[in-house]
Amino acid sequence: MTEEKGPKIVMDSNVIERCLTRIAYEILEKNKGMDNLVLVGIRTGGIFLAERLQKKISAIEGREVPLGILDITLYRDDISKSKKKAPLGKTNIPFDLTEKKVILVDDVLFTGRTIRAAMDALIDFGRPKMIQLAVLIDRGHRELPIRADYVGKNLPSSLWEAVSVNLLEKNGRDEVVIEEET
Amino acid sequence: MMKLEKKDILGIREMTVDEINLILETAESFLEISTRDIKKVPTLRGKSVINLFYEASTRTRTSFEIAGKRLSADTINISASTSSVVKGETLIDTARNLEAMNPDIIVIRHSAAGAPHLLASLVSQSIINAGDGAHEHPSQALLDMMTIKAKKGKIHGLKIALVGDILHSRVARSNIYGLSKMGAEVVVAGPATMIPRDIERMGVKVYTKLDDAIADADVVMMLRIQLERQKQNIFPSLREYAQHYCLNRNNIKRAKDDVIVMHPGPMNRGVEISPDIADDPNYSVILDQVNNGVAVRMALLYLLSGGNE
Repeated sequence: MTEEKGPKIVMDSNVIERCLTRIAYEILEKNKGMDNLVLVGIRTGGIFLAERLQKKISAIEGREVPLGILDITLYRDDISKSKKKAPLGKTNIPFDLTEKKVILVDDVLFTGRTIRAAMDALIDFGRPKMIQLAVLIDRGHRELPIRADYVGKNLPSSLWEAVSVNLLEKNGRDEVVIEEET
Repeated sequence: MMKLEKKDILGIREMTVDEINLILETAESFLEISTRDIKKVPTLRGKSVINLFYEASTRTRTSFEIAGKRLSADTINISASTSSVVKGETLIDTARNLEAMNPDIIVIRHSAAGAPHLLASLVSQSIINAGDGAHEHPSQALLDMMTIKAKKGKIHGLKIALVGDILHSRVARSNIYGLSKMGAEVVVAGPATMIPRDIERMGVKVYTKLDDAIADADVVMMLRIQLERQKQNIFPSLREYAQHYCLNRNNIKRAKDDVIVMHPGPMNRGVEISPDIADDPNYSVILDQVNNGVAVRMALLYLLSGGNE
């Protein structure tokens, strides 16, 4: 008998908060302030993280950084194949992206396909000066040539493991859990 | 529920409340695309949609075509007057030939009730009923429900009056099915010759006077008087019809203060609806209906072609 593998908590609420604070400073450092900066959270995992980054950046700089929400369902490359399907959500980008530095925010970077779809979607909204990627977790296993500019934590994982990011706003607590997929 | 298990969209009668909600919620997400500079997403790239219209239509056909194009599907329009129908080809033969060209979805409007159902039983493609005779017009009822939901925040518990030629109206029939399922109180009014026998069995209350039907209504839906029916002597004259059933500044006061007025188009101004009501943004949501129509049809095409798996 092998030992039973339950879910393992790899990040708790303090660690998540510190990571996001660091990422907020990194974004401002790399972009030399917040001129022309906008945040776009990918539905659903990236929205709350983008909102938290918005609060942190706005607190540091003393003015609000614009925030948009992007649903990438319509840009997926597996529209008729994927089994687990989230219902189509609303996209809301209430500003022009042309000449903006867009920070795309998601919870977990995995194959890279979601980010590919998100970039296609963003470019349909205008011509950003630059797109950068911020993620809480990079779990590897890329299938496309994509990398993140800001990473909370690199988390080596196997393909049969599932990484879930729980957030206060969504599940009532902040934690990142890794477990064997059932 | 996140899936639409159906192959075809034939009528509201066969739909569950969950299915209606899924379609409306999906359509609400599609609204935003029509506000973009680039009004196109790549979702249905490589899919083809055939619009097979055996009856005249501007709104519905254009709406389906725009919906398909905004999703990057290839849309092909066939109207009976320019097709082999004029050479005597039957619907069944036309359908088999179209099927052999491998489209993904066929949208059909036909003057015979049940034509889309016949087609659906013959071909493997998804069929969307865009109006069959006086039977059903599901996408119209869905866009009406979407408009009501957007303006009133809900459908359940509202009083909704449908006024005019109920007998010949597929819009009325689909809306009665849909709105009742969603928990609204539906009442109808019109001259006795335009009220189908036994319509009470559909769960609606029948009035012969406009004023009684629209009293305290949250929504008033005026139906088009089909002028071509006048030959059948079901109403004496347009003037007399308008005297009794035209919605105007006076009688609208009997409805709730925040009543919305709907019309599926095309309108006969001064017959079933007075121009000052039709053009008054405090009452009329007629152009919202058209805008929502594109989103509803995008949702139907999307859900039928893979968004449902």
